[in-house]
Amino acid sequence: MSAGVDVLTAEGARAEGELPQAATRNACKLCSPLGAAMVFKGVQGCLPFLHGSQGCATYIRRYMISHFREPVDIASSSFSEEDAIFGGARNFAEGVANVIRQYEPRVIGVATTCLSETIGENMLGMIQAYQDSHNGNGPPLVHVSTPAYTGTHTDGYFAAIKEVLRAFVRSSGHRYPRRVNLLPAMMSCADLRHLRELCASYGLNATLLPDYSETLEGGSWEAYHRISPGGTSIEEIEEMGAAAATIELGHTPACARESAGGWLEGKLGVQRLSLGWPLGLRASDKFFAVLAKVSRRRMPENLARLRAQLVDAYVDAHKYVSSKRAVLFGEPDLVVALAGFLSECGVRPVVCATGAKVKDWGKLLAGEIEGGMEDVEALSGADHAQVAQRARELSPDLLLGSSKGYALARELGVPLVRIGFPIHDRFGGQRQLAVGYQGTLELFDRVVNALLEARQDHSETGYSYL
Amino acid sequence: MAEGIEILEDRRGQVWTKGAGGPKLACERKSTAGSVTQRACAFCGSRVVLYPIADALHIVHGPIGCAVYNWDIRGALSSGAQLHRNSFSTDLTEKEVVFGGEKKLKAALMELIAYYKPKAAFVYSTCIVGLIGDDVGAVCKEVSLASGIDVIPVDSPGFKGTKKSGYEAACEAAYRLVGTGDTAGIGPYSVNLMGEFNIAGEAWMIRNYFERIGIQVVATITGDGRVEDLRRCHGAKLNLVQCSGSMTHLARLLDERHGIPMQRVSFFGFEDTARALYEAAEFFKDPELMCRAQELVREEIGRHLPRIKELRRKLKGKRAALYVGGAFKAFSLVLALRSLGVQTVLAGTQTGSGEDYAQLQELCDPGTIIVDDSNPLELAKFVIEKDVDLFIGGVKERPLAYKLGVAFCDHNHERKIPLAGFEGMVHFAEEVARSVLSPMWKFAPRRSLGVLA
Repeated sequence: MSAGVDVLTAEGARAEGELPQAATRNACKLCSPLGAAMVFKGVQGCLPFLHGSQGCATYIRRYMISHFREPVDIASSSFSEEDAIFGGARNFAEGVANVIRQYEPRVIGVATTCLSETIGENMLGMIQAYQDSHNGNGPPLVHVSTPAYTGTHTDGYFAAIKEVLRAFVRSSGHRYPRRVNLLPAMMSCADLRHLRELCASYGLNATLLPDYSETLEGGSWEAYHRISPGGTSIEEIEEMGAAAATIELGHTPACARESAGGWLEGKLGVQRLSLGWPLGLRASDKFFAVLAKVSRRRMPENLARLRAQLVDAYVDAHKYVSSKRAVLFGEPDLVVALAGFLSECGVRPVVCATGAKVKDWGKLLAGEIEGGMEDVEALSGADHAQVAQRARELSPDLLLGSSKGYALARELGVPLVRIGFPIHDRFGGQRQLAVGYQGTLELFDRVVNALLEARQDHSETGYSYL
Repeated sequence: MAEGIEILEDRRGQVWTKGAGGPKLACERKSTAGSVTQRACAFCGSRVVLYPIADALHIVHGPIGCAVYNWDIRGALSSGAQLHRNSFSTDLTEKEVVFGGEKKLKAALMELIAYYKPKAAFVYSTCIVGLIGDDVGAVCKEVSLASGIDVIPVDSPGFKGTKKSGYEAACEAAYRLVGTGDTAGIGPYSVNLMGEFNIAGEAWMIRNYFERIGIQVVATITGDGRVEDLRRCHGAKLNLVQCSGSMTHLARLLDERHGIPMQRVSFFGFEDTARALYEAAEFFKDPELMCRAQELVREEIGRHLPRIKELRRKLKGKRAALYVGGAFKAFSLVLALRSLGVQTVLAGTQTGSGEDYAQLQELCDPGTIIVDDSNPLELAKFVIEKDVDLFIGGVKERPLAYKLGVAFCDHNHERKIPLAGFEGMVHFAEEVARSVLSPMWKFAPRRSLGVLA
């Protein structure tokens, strides 16, 4: 296999000398407005709006459309040079008015890009001016600050969840004992649907925020919809203050001091239960234990059976995966979850890389990885060139992450198990399940089969019986 | 529901129906705020035009988003160097936004140049850089002196305008290399192919046609591009400009300063490909060239026509919508579709000029809607109103076609199938047929119910 393009000179020779450090080479992260747009897509009737240049909206749209294969309309205030100098208030007002005319949205989710953040736009003032001009009757605007130079798409995602909550949650004085709030990490549409079902199997009615499971994986339409159907309604969000508990999924919000769930707990006393991404047997056990606690019910029989099947699958396939070495890359929450899952079934996560700069990344991983950290490289703030460089040295058996790992997989001649975002070179990224026992089982099969297929492809005889 | 979608007042002048009278189509305006334009920004325009120069270092000076969304997305192939397939960024953080990013840019450039040994470097400015006041030009000069290669700033902050302003900035940057190389070995029958980006190897196919006729291709700009080709492209005797929107500015510079005339051409469809070859042959006034061009066209069409005829029988009577970046592609598509028996009922572009639209209006059948800088809702409305069977556009238009049960053909730069030239026309027809003739459409509710909103 020929060398990766990140180590070839312009002449096509193998690059030599010191590795470049100052520049990011093939980033392993996206920008924060994308994360915010994902959340806004998960609110019913919401149209995302980027206050800044139109290119940001267009780029993000194309990136999301290529993954989800659904319409993703994101408006922008289409800044011009003048607006960059004198401020974009006029464009903002005009843009919002046009969005209302065309889309008749129930909510407009406004994210401020690098440009508007840097010129210091007075968003509070602009939103107030909008409300005044509509006498408070226009669709509400939710604003989240997402300068890309302060974080990654994951930060934009969690920040937007919090702002949506803050904008709509009401204090109602009562509490629904069988209602829970579920704040997922950046998961697939199938994950979101499954989480809701799992809650239901404990008799809990879950309000997911965001819920893009239908807006970003819809049906074929009879007529065109201005805004894709689906998403959590404002009414549901308003009532999130009356839930029995908030279950916050993902390892990074769990560590954040002021997460959305933390804010809600402080504000309205909704108990916050923070958990990692429930992938793998142990992480799923923890999740179900929380559901059992909140619902005061025991694990339903079908789940207990599924758990047994998962253990059985681990047993059946353990020799094919045991001691295999994997390189993982992607969003911090996903990578920690994958590392926990793989290590418990015997695969060593030898490189755990994320593009985000995560405080105590190694510690976070150590908390989930079984079998110690001795052979694990924890890379935070990493780019794909760095991941590739480590992988070339370590010769792993497989890679797990987005389709952006394909070039490396091809170079190394090892399989890439696609998971996360984006998946631009395969179908069904939005339908891949990776939560709970069922999701673990499905991902486990994919991992085992990827290894078997690689073995089969590389064998001279090509047995059909393995 | 799409029924009753209104065209925004600000945009009404940008929609025109042939035969309905009405004033001239408005165009070359900045996008209406909140309209959800399908256009990108100036930065994107610059980045896509220079991207295929494969032995240059391309570094985006700005926060990460600008660099990451275009990493290794496009189908522009290189016959050798692959450096362009990397995405390099200064990945500015809050600290640099406050204190300036010049130091980081300089360090990044020095390291990358030492490691990758590029023939030149392009430094793209983004919105942020335009605001924080980094003197990118000074850094480029300094690094140029220290490294010994041309380090060229591309003045492309996103807010500068639409893609089109970015094209111009890219042309200015590319022009910095023009005229600095040796033109030895360039014959009297020589052309540059401009605005040809070698998507899926299209530049190679077209270059082959010219070589068969006896016309030398000095540089394809920028498809399968090399720094050295740009340096010596002023030695060519004629510029053939394909994607007119992106490259007209550079062609004009070559005309004004080096006396090289330009011809607008297109290599989409039999008709336009043949015309492009004939016009080039005619330019050199050598009957032998024309003879060989005619022979080539005869041979190629003879080879591919049977398949086209077969597909034409199946596609005849279908109705198409097209929404593309530049107008020249739209002209070709109208003709190419017509040759397949498909009528264009909606034609739009992101960046067409007044002159372009006049030509497009001339070309289309009565009743055709022509639209400038459209948006998804408008396009959906027109698709429904015009009862379209096929949509030709890019990835952003695909879901709206599919949701409405309408076939789709990707004619953008992300595609990986060559659609140019004679052979490309067959690919195009096959692509269209594969989608239009799929038996699956009957399951789409809008089709199965016969809903005509």
